[in-house]
This record gives sequence, structure tokens and C-alpha cells, in this order.
Amino acid sequence: MTANIARWPGAELGSKDLENGKVTTQRYRPDAKFAWSAGEAMSRFLAELQQGRLIARECKNCGRILFPPRMFCEECFRPTDEWVYVKDTGTIETYSISYLDTDARRITEPILVGVVSVDGASPKMGIMHYFGEMATGEIRIGMKVQAKWRPAESRVGSVLDIEYFRPLHGVDR
Amino acid sequence: MRKVAVVGAGMTLFRRRLQETGKELSFEATRMALDQAKMEIGDVDAVVHGTAPDAFDGVHMKGEYLLDGSGGTRKPYMRVFTGGGTGVFSAIAGYWHVASGLADVALVVNEEKMSSCQPHPQSVFAHIWDPILDRPLKPNLVWIFAMEMNRYMTVHNIPYEDIARVAVKNKRNAVGHPCAQLADPKITLEDVMNSEIMAWPVRRLDISPPSDGAAAVVLASEEVVKKRKLRDQAAWIKGVGWCIDSTMWTDRDLYFPEYVARAAKMAYRQAKIDRPKQQIDFAEPYDPFDYKELHHLEGLGLADRGKAGLMTREGVTERDGKLPVCPSGGLLGVGNPIAATLGIKIGELYWQLTGQAGKRQIPNEVHTGVCQAWGDLMQYGSVVVMGA
Ligand SMILES: [Zn+2]
Repeated sequence: MTANIARWPGAELGSKDLENGKVTTQRYRPDAKFAWSAGEAMSRFLAELQQGRLIARECKNCGRILFPPRMFCEECFRPTDEWVYVKDTGTIETYSISYLDTDARRITEPILVGVVSVDGASPKMGIMHYFGEMATGEIRIGMKVQAKWRPAESRVGSVLDIEYFRPLHGVDR
Repeated sequence: MRKVAVVGAGMTLFRRRLQETGKELSFEATRMALDQAKMEIGDVDAVVHGTAPDAFDGVHMKGEYLLDGSGGTRKPYMRVFTGGGTGVFSAIAGYWHVASGLADVALVVNEEKMSSCQPHPQSVFAHIWDPILDRPLKPNLVWIFAMEMNRYMTVHNIPYEDIARVAVKNKRNAVGHPCAQLADPKITLEDVMNSEIMAWPVRRLDISPPSDGAAAVVLASEEVVKKRKLRDQAAWIKGVGWCIDSTMWTDRDLYFPEYVARAAKMAYRQAKIDRPKQQIDFAEPYDPFDYKELHHLEGLGLADRGKAGLMTREGVTERDGKLPVCPSGGLLGVGNPIAATLGIKIGELYWQLTGQAGKRQIPNEVHTGVCQAWGDLMQYGSVVVMGA
């Protein structure tokens, strides 16, 4: 009974207690390595990225253009039917202005990151990516953007073959 | 299905770092729950252990590693893991053991020890992302919350201060919780709104802390409740639901948690609830971030879409309001040892419904409560409705 319990178990430690030897500790650093086969859909997707193109898969049952592409439709639960190129332009669905890097360390130059739904795919279908060539005050949901590709010779078949998405000029900003 | 009651609950302190191991914490919480249920481990037919990613503890097969501490030795035992959803889902797994008749008494024990991971548990969150699509971008976990929060705020045009109010309410509510890590009776809206920007729109005080802790509940069939005369300390599980959406999280509109709505629908159907706003007296939705409480209230059908912030502003969700929300203090105030939040979701429903919540007791009489947990890549919801 929460009201009647006098002692709640747990002995709190401070951040320095492990380093200063106040408590007995054991340390370990794992060294695991992985190599993933990219599989059917992603292998083609990455190969197309290297060519500077975005590709999707169409499910003729529900009519969806699935992006990123997959070899089966998770809604209809049947194989998808065809490869379909989609555009390298799209819309910012959401974004963050991050002052944290991947290890939660503070950074002073913020990372603009978010989700872009790509033109030609079914509505709301997109990928996570960085944004560039826009100020933190300019970025907004609904903004039209286009992929900024790395030069052909430095593309390797990775989502990073797109450096970032930048404002699509000549349309509503 | 048979009727199932919670007849005892226990939890440890939630703290950034505790000296005890995961096994020791599990034992403490379990012992407390058994004592409250006036039972010994021999009275338990089956054990469900909930715990989140193995990488926090640095021990694979974590379920097996922890089982001695949760009383699972030489018993039907399973570990469940549905990301952050584990906090409520493990109790659902315990429920079906008893409801099905396979067990008369089931123990549900959840543990999390996030402090072992050095220097910060954030670094192992890097390994939850899709290896091909997401990881090359070196994502930070806070990003996805920031993206979801921004989408939610923008679609409904919700001012940030209506979201920040949730953090103020929950950190103040936690003042009455003996296990709380971040209770703050003096916190103001300005404190939250002026706290450091982590990943805009998310600020430091919008986020619950990583914690160590454990919690446990004892579930019993109606026959056991009668035979052992536990009726006065029993709260009944009226409905359970769970649902997960696609892993392709960049393919859906993040403004509404459809998976929570479906999980709630499943639980409400079983609990015979067709007008949740009228029939539910209080709620413990998952609040690892302040906007998540609002998002989840909408998913649970307790607020109209985009209107949960307004309810917070108007005081409806205060402990003495019309719909108290997170009277425990929630993850924002008590702490976020992922799976162990069982103690402030199922545990809080139990203590409130049986009138044992002490300083946190909701002043109005409560008969029906709902709790919910959420996890994985913004895709998982688990919901339990309980009644006195
Ligand atoms: Zn289909």
C-alpha cells in the first residue's frame, strides 16, 4: 500500500560514484561487427541512388507506389508488381532543428533533419534526410524541396549519395 | 475469459543510477508486490518479465539473466518486449495467463537499468534504426520525437506553451510519489519554456529522464480473490488492447497515433466502454515527452484531435480536475526506466482504484481508469482499462 510503505528499495548513486570507486564495478566494451545483405528491394534502391535516381515499387492491388521500395505490400500482403521511378523533389512533412548529435552530445551548428514525402510516390511516403541551403528561420512544414546529389564520381550507393534536400527554386517557398 | 484482478503491486525508487543490479531491483519490487498480495513465491503459477532493449544492460538473453530476481525459477516463464510499450504490455501478457485459466496467479515483473550503459543510454539507441535507410544519417533518438511533436503542433496549430504545461503538471504531481526522480513543487511554465533546446521543438524539460528501477504486480483470478479474501485490495482488469503500425515510419502522418486508437478500441470493446470521455474517470497515458501525453489522450479518445492541450490549459487534467491525467507524476516526474514504468501506469491505476495512493489520491471518487504505453519507432500502443 503506497501510503503505508515506509521504505522504498533502491540505493541512489551519483555520477562520480562509479569512477571514484565508491561502489564495486565491472567494465566491458563489446566489439561486435555486422555486414548486412541489403536484400532485393534495397539493393536496387541503392544502385539507383548511385545513378542519381529514386525508385519505388508499385502494388497493383491497392494501387500504392511504395517508397522506400519493398518487394511485398504489407497491407495487401502480396508481392509488389513493378519498379517505378519517382522524382527527386518532394515536400517537408516534418522536421527538427537538432542541437544534439547521434551520441546526444551538444553541437552549436544545428542539424536540420526531417521527413520528405517524394513526388510520384503515394501521399505521405518518404524518407528521413537532412536539409540544407536554408536558414533555421526559413524551414517549414509544406516547403517544396529537391535532392542535392553528390557528384556522380563520389556516389557509392547510399542514402548519403543525396547530401541533403534544398529549397526547390521557382516554386512557393 | 475469466475475471482477473491486480491484488498487489510494488516498485523501487526510480533514479538516474541505483547501486542494485537488475536482478536485485527485480527481487525488491517482486517481494513488495507479493507481501502486499499476502502471497509467497510458491503461490505463483506463472511469471512474465518485461524489460526493454538488451543493449542497456549489456546482457543478451536478458530475460534469462533476470529471471531469478523475478521469481521465475522452475516456473512457466516468459520475457516480453514491445519497446516502450512493455510497461503496460507485460501486464497484458500476465492477464492472458490468468484469464485463459492456464494460471490462477501470475506475477508480472518489469525492470530497467539504463545507467550501466556508458556514458549515456542514448548511444545504444543508435542501434534501433534501419541499417540502410536511417543509420547512415547518424540519427539521434530525440529527433523522432521532435519530428512527431512538430508535425502534431503544426497540423493542429498548438502553441508550445500548451505542451509545456504537461511537464509542469506532471513534475508537480510527482511530489506525492515516494519513488520520484524529478518531482519539483516549484517548477513553472517559464522554466520549461526557457530550458535548453535539444532538438527543436523539444527542450530539455519536455523530456523524461533515463532511470534505473523495477516494478511488479500480482494478478489473480476471481476464485483466488474470493478464497484469499482480497476483495478490498483488488482492482479488476476490464479490457486489454494492443496494436503496432508498420516499421516504415516515414510513410505515415505522425500527427495522430492510429495504433493507440486501435489498441484503445480493442480494450474499450472488452470493457464495454463506448463513450470513453464520460465513462473513464482518470488516465495514465505514456508521457516520456510532454506532447506524448496530449497525443495519447487523443489516441485514447479522451480528447478531441488537437484539443488535449486546451484541456491541459483549462485544468481539466489536473489531479482535482474532471479528468485527472498522470496523477502519479508520470514518466516526466517519477522517471522513465522504460519497462519499469509498469509501476506508474498499471501500478498507479491499482493504487488509485483501491484508495491506496496516499498523497496522490485523486480527491474525486474514481471507478474506472485507463493506462497506456507506447514504443518502438512511433508505432506501438498497449492499453489496459481497470475498474474498482
Ligand atoms: Zn497493396
